[in-house]
Amino acid sequence: MYRTMRRIRRFEETAEVAYRAAKMRGALHFYIGEEASATGVCAALNEGDFITSTHRGHGHCIAKGARLDKMMAELYGRTTGYCGGKGGSMHIADVASGNLGANGIVGAGVPIAVGAALGSKLRNDGKVTVCFFGDAAGPTGAFHEGVNMGSVLNVPVVFVCENNQYGMATHTEYANAAPVGDRGPAYGMPSERIDGNDVFEVYARAKVAIDRARNGEGPTLIETITYRQKGHTIHDSKGYRDEEEIAKWIARDPIERFKRVALEAKALTDEDLQAIDDEVEEAITQAEEFAEASPWPTLDAIEQDVYV
Amino acid sequence: MAVTSAPDAPAQAATRQIFMSQALHEALDEEMARDPNVFVMGEEVGIWGGAYNVTAGLLEKWGEARIIDTPISEAAIGGAAVGAAVTGCRPVAEFMYSDFMGIAMDQIVNQAAKNRYMFGGAAKLPITYRAPFGAGTGNAAQHTQSLEAWFAHVPGLKVVTCSSPHDAKGLLKSSIREDNVVVFFEHKAIYSMRGPVPEDEYTIPLGLADVKREGSDVSVVTYARQVHYALEAAEQLAGEGIDVEVVDVRTLYPLDVDTILASVNKTNHAVVVYEAARFGGFGAEIASQIQEHGFDDLDAPVLRVAGSHSPIPFSEPLEKGAIPDPERIAAAIRESLQGSR
Repeated sequence: MYRTMRRIRRFEETAEVAYRAAKMRGALHFYIGEEASATGVCAALNEGDFITSTHRGHGHCIAKGARLDKMMAELYGRTTGYCGGKGGSMHIADVASGNLGANGIVGAGVPIAVGAALGSKLRNDGKVTVCFFGDAAGPTGAFHEGVNMGSVLNVPVVFVCENNQYGMATHTEYANAAPVGDRGPAYGMPSERIDGNDVFEVYARAKVAIDRARNGEGPTLIETITYRQKGHTIHDSKGYRDEEEIAKWIARDPIERFKRVALEAKALTDEDLQAIDDEVEEAITQAEEFAEASPWPTLDAIEQDVYV
Repeated sequence: MAVTSAPDAPAQAATRQIFMSQALHEALDEEMARDPNVFVMGEEVGIWGGAYNVTAGLLEKWGEARIIDTPISEAAIGGAAVGAAVTGCRPVAEFMYSDFMGIAMDQIVNQAAKNRYMFGGAAKLPITYRAPFGAGTGNAAQHTQSLEAWFAHVPGLKVVTCSSPHDAKGLLKSSIREDNVVVFFEHKAIYSMRGPVPEDEYTIPLGLADVKREGSDVSVVTYARQVHYALEAAEQLAGEGIDVEVVDVRTLYPLDVDTILASVNKTNHAVVVYEAARFGGFGAEIASQIQEHGFDDLDAPVLRVAGSHSPIPFSEPLEKGAIPDPERIAAAIRESLQGSR
């Protein structure tokens, strides 16, 4: 799990540098600070299980096992990217491995996840779908319709609300009349609010919910409470957060917390961690080189893949 | 309502006369038998049997795993179809009225239509969204619209209409087998129209128009219920010595421009008829295609007969006045031919 969190962190830090060097364009939404949520949840999934993701989706993608080189190439807009350069940061998907896609529309993944889980129920394939969404999806109609339908149809889905405190500059407590993680009873399902920066707790609670779904006992709603250390996008320099708040959350950084716990428990040594860091660094360098060396798409691609 | 339909089934094949709603029912039933990945979901499709009885009896036959009654949640219906399709199912999702699709527009337009493209071709979405549309039933402004142009304008969607039981069955079967997203519009005023449908299995490919009546003087290009009004106008005008050809485009996207142009090449006159509000309607696209590609064949401007620029009103005379009828179609045909005969 440390490796996964580290891969997410370093992937995004590297993308930010490349972006500021004008090597990529468009939107970049950083997941830095929230890595424990995707990592803990996806560690509890089986290979072949499904996820739906969000516009802040790099972490879900990597935690579900995506290749860093194909992700980086997509951010660069190259043919070798996951979407051949047609999707970009907000639309990376790897359907073959169960990642049903990041999504540029807040809340829209909720009904899609219910549909994927409905398909699993129909096929009796034993798979579970995890629906990642942000706290800012809490006020959308798609959230309500999707969560309600998932419960009514009793499909194997787990709803994971990642509360990173803000939807752009709007605080979650302003936008949501009640916390998303308190709403389970309204939809006839268990729900809980957990520490989203503690990867062990996320894993443990997700495992319970995923097992429950897989056993046909229905959906669960989990709110992972975390923090978006960076701005809404790479271009966010608005002063809606004070330094004290940011510092408080950086002190709870999920990766640093993991290290402290692992070292104290003597589960890992500094050398172990360094070896993983080195390995991640090499993968990141390779991904960047792969992206930079990859060809741009040609114009004949514009009207390709609109239809089968 | 006149129980008429063009003789669009081969004469030698054994046929029976059935309602359009029955033809659609048969299409669903046969495709469910053919492919276990096909399932039906929507509001009141199960116990109630569908607002227009299309799914009546399917719950009893196929069970609640494949005939799924949903809550009133159009966004969730639209989106669940996406999730199910992308993971290997072949959903037929019904919107009780096409007017309700507004609630599901994000799922249809931003998700279903774009997933394959955004993902670089790595996803396949074999979805059929069925939706009753059209006026003439006294259901007032929120249950009568013709919104087909909205969907035909979105790359990634195919849009299909039907004007007879024969076409309805063959086109719905093809739509369900499509590996693309199809929005399938059924005009609610003709569900109870009867017509010949072959006993044997058949399909009708998408993207093919059908000449419902051959004629030499003017081409009326239309679809869905207006095909019948155009045929009525053609019968009226036959008495005046005017020979009208009626082209039913059936599929709006992809549009069979060749068949339309071939007809105009023969008649040199075109009248486009559609029930939706005239301004910005799908008929404007048909008219534009004709003038772009068939300008030299035209002896007169392409005329349009279409709905008023208003919501559909409730009161019967108002509703009738707000949409095309045979008399107005006949008048436009006479106008088109004025000066060139």
